[in-house]
Amino acid sequence: MIRAKHALWGACAVAALAAPAMAETLTIATVNNGDMITMQKLTKPFTDANPDIQLEWVQLEENILRERVTTDIATSGGQYDVMTIGTYEVPLWAAQEWLLPLGDLPAEYDADDLLPPVRDALSVDGTLYAVPFYAESAMVMYRTDLAEAAGVTIPDSPTWTDIKTAAEKMTNKDGEVYGICLRGKPGWGENMAFLTAMANSYGARWFDPEWKPQFDSAEWNEALTDYLALMTNYGPPGASSNGFNENLSLFQQGKCGIWIDATVAASFVTDPENSTVADKVGFAQFPNKEGVDNHGNWLWAWSLAIPATSDAPDAAKKFVAWATSKDYTNEVAAANGWRAAPPGTRKSLYDNAEYQGAAPFAAMTLTAIESANTQKSSVQDIPYTGGQFVAIPEFQGIGTAVGQQFAAALAGQMSGADALAAAQATTTREMARAGYPK
Amino acid sequence: MATRQTQSLAKLMRAPAIILLLIWMVVPLAMTLYYSFMNYNLLNPTGTSFAGWFNYQYFYTDPAFWESIWNTLILVLGVLLITVVGGIAIAMLIDKPIFGQGIVRILVISPFFVMPPVAALIWKNMIMHPSYGVFADIAKFFGMQPVDWFAQYPLFSIILIVAWQWLPFATLILLTALQSLDGEQMEAAEMDGAPALQRFIYLTLPHMARAITVVILIQTIFLLGVYAEILVTTNGGPGNASTNLTFLIYRAARLNFDVGGAAAGGIIAVVLANIVAIFLMRAVGKNLD
Amino acid sequence: MARAVSTKTKIGWTIAAWFVALLIFFPILYAIITSFKTENEAIAGFDLIPSFTLDSYREVQSQYNYIRPFMNSVIIAVGSTVLALIVAVPAAWAMAFSPTKRTKDILMWMLSTKMMPAVAVLVPIYLIFLRTGLMDTRTGLVIVLMLMNLPIVVWMLYTYFREIPGEILEAARMDGATLSQEIVHVLTPMAVPGIASTMLLNVILAWNEAFWTIQLTTTNAAPLSAFIASFSSPQGLFWAKLSAASVMAIAPILIMGWFSQKQLVRGLTFGAVK
Repeated sequence: MIRAKHALWGACAVAALAAPAMAETLTIATVNNGDMITMQKLTKPFTDANPDIQLEWVQLEENILRERVTTDIATSGGQYDVMTIGTYEVPLWAAQEWLLPLGDLPAEYDADDLLPPVRDALSVDGTLYAVPFYAESAMVMYRTDLAEAAGVTIPDSPTWTDIKTAAEKMTNKDGEVYGICLRGKPGWGENMAFLTAMANSYGARWFDPEWKPQFDSAEWNEALTDYLALMTNYGPPGASSNGFNENLSLFQQGKCGIWIDATVAASFVTDPENSTVADKVGFAQFPNKEGVDNHGNWLWAWSLAIPATSDAPDAAKKFVAWATSKDYTNEVAAANGWRAAPPGTRKSLYDNAEYQGAAPFAAMTLTAIESANTQKSSVQDIPYTGGQFVAIPEFQGIGTAVGQQFAAALAGQMSGADALAAAQATTTREMARAGYPK
Repeated sequence: MATRQTQSLAKLMRAPAIILLLIWMVVPLAMTLYYSFMNYNLLNPTGTSFAGWFNYQYFYTDPAFWESIWNTLILVLGVLLITVVGGIAIAMLIDKPIFGQGIVRILVISPFFVMPPVAALIWKNMIMHPSYGVFADIAKFFGMQPVDWFAQYPLFSIILIVAWQWLPFATLILLTALQSLDGEQMEAAEMDGAPALQRFIYLTLPHMARAITVVILIQTIFLLGVYAEILVTTNGGPGNASTNLTFLIYRAARLNFDVGGAAAGGIIAVVLANIVAIFLMRAVGKNLD
Repeated sequence: MARAVSTKTKIGWTIAAWFVALLIFFPILYAIITSFKTENEAIAGFDLIPSFTLDSYREVQSQYNYIRPFMNSVIIAVGSTVLALIVAVPAAWAMAFSPTKRTKDILMWMLSTKMMPAVAVLVPIYLIFLRTGLMDTRTGLVIVLMLMNLPIVVWMLYTYFREIPGEILEAARMDGATLSQEIVHVLTPMAVPGIASTMLLNVILAWNEAFWTIQLTTTNAAPLSAFIASFSSPQGLFWAKLSAASVMAIAPILIMGWFSQKQLVRGLTFGAVK
């Protein structure tokens, strides 16, 4: 009996000692897009190498994900060990000391291999606070066959006039081919991402250095007027409900002549399994207005960050380093081909001959990302950072409210001038509430 | 003796429900009231301070405020109208002698079992989508330009979806009312040569008054809080065309992460909802006795 | 007494009723059909005949193991319903059989507690859940959903109980029945249909709740509403996959509803209407 008791005690002691090392569970919150789902499926090498770490996934649609993780981190909820967030959140949350600094990643991670604009966007005062899973800028994707048939050429660095001419000539509404597809669905990350970039390329800005909204400026007026004209004359029906997904699908089915959107789309539209136009896609830089040296400065990176409240920070660090490593890229390439490798984060990927061969869009994507300047996105003086967004906490609300007005204009329910006036009023109101200028 | 005993027992039986609901009401309400007087934004926790009436003033002066109240009313009334009228019609239809009554009944009540976000997703993508939806296919079949429902008729589209979800509830309750209608009385009226319309107005409708009241009361409570359908489909737009009061609060709470503003909006919504409730009770409450 | 209905008339009504029923059911039917299509078929235009592929279901299952959210939904829906009934049956009983002057006011007040928009109280509740350790637990959700639906449950039960004729009670008392006998032998049998249909209604409401169940869970307690949120609006239009996930989310409650349809109708007949 006594011996048995001893044995029991011993076993308990061993179990108690072993427990913390044995079962560490990482709760990982991700957005439900294709690349993240791929990651979830390819974690076997990681769990094999780290049998003591268990992975629990929380996959959510982008908006709900943002609500959930923001509430959690702001209330120190500690529900997650790894969060998927974007370039918008990282600097804001790092400033609140909500994120674990990632300056001490192991040497083999090779943080210097990250593309400088992406790295800068995820750093505060030179310290990395999140690691990029994939990154994107924006560019022009167009149908080479339609362009040829219409007798137009789109230069590598087109102006908005080039785009308009090409869109006009490619449009064949009876054949359900629309010259241009652009985002129209309201939301700060939907139509406002595109429209902010477009306005940047027209020389517009959101705020002057005193944080006064600038929707009453000539540049915004011109940008919005041209956008509305393009979409009304050459765009698809129902454009005010089209976001990234809808346009992707339209383009894949051969219904768009030109589509200007995130560079990640390139790998989807050239995917022969899902795209009917896979071998007929050309790429060009984000357009600019003649005389304005600015290609929109769109930059976004879905990134993995560790909240300061995580109870397994070391395991979490291991995981985020693995998921954004060169090894992981190789793994995706081995499983799904090089074209599917998560784009936009590492120099080494763009130096890789196999990738260049498999991804015809590689060079243009790299150019787009490298030319994005999120520190100064407008040619005029501005008090804010961020490319297709303004990096202030209030932007989600303001951007979406403004996006609603512009979507209403696109749907034909109000004029462009009225939409701009409403945008100006809303933004002025929200900024006053938030206490700007600060 | 017996009655006193019964009464104190009754009190005891009522107490748990009342106490629980009291807590469930008072605690959040108190906290919401507290926050509604604070400047408190989740994204900027260091800026928390006393705000006085500012949150209320700010919410009330929102350019979308009156539009959202108007939209809320239209949404509630529109859905009530469709579900009550449609519910009566369908209930009378499936109360007729028909083949396969059981299956018909099952098909009719099915939408009630569908989660609101799922219902909205199905309608948005598969039915009303301007390129791939069934409505668009029908329009194309007849050689017409497909309608972009959520851009051109945003509030109507949402009313349609919500009404589809609640029609089964109304139909069910009204059907059961119909089934308990006195058949002999009806036949007597028929023999006397009363036309169908008169029989409906003087016999059927009064008989269903109480059921209609229940439908209106319970649905109103749920309809005032509709927001998932809006979030999935129009996001309140274009402009503010489909923003109702709940969605306006949602915007403050989940896009701006403005806890104070959302709390003030919540208090305003509670006050308005109670006004509606009092009005409703005056209008239809006597039917409940 | 049944009126002789000519077969012709019956066929006419049958066609009309089936037409309306299929029209109402169509969105669900179309989602079911789409879930058996390939992704390309799903956006290729109107077609009622799928290629009957199970790929979408396999895909959904490989991305999110269905069993856990399904079990959570069952536990949360049933748990909150049972709890609500335990609290509500005595209360509704007392209100129906020993009404006071304020009974109606209390009932109205109960309904009014449902009028606070959930999203406005999210942060306070979130904080309470964090402090009390209820976050991401099924217990927490059972409590919240129970409280949320309690007013409706009391209301429904009250209307049913009111229909039980008082004379029967008096007769039982005259016969010298004690209160407990009265309840067990006389009232319970009459009340069961109403309780059953209230229960069903509440299970449906709890199953379909999609705000608190998403906001207050992460992994352990996440039910089917969270399952759906991981398939809505992904990158690209995966409608077959979305349809498959939707069908998986609504199928259990739909099937339960179908089987208990008669019960639902009977309970309601007894209750809301004379």
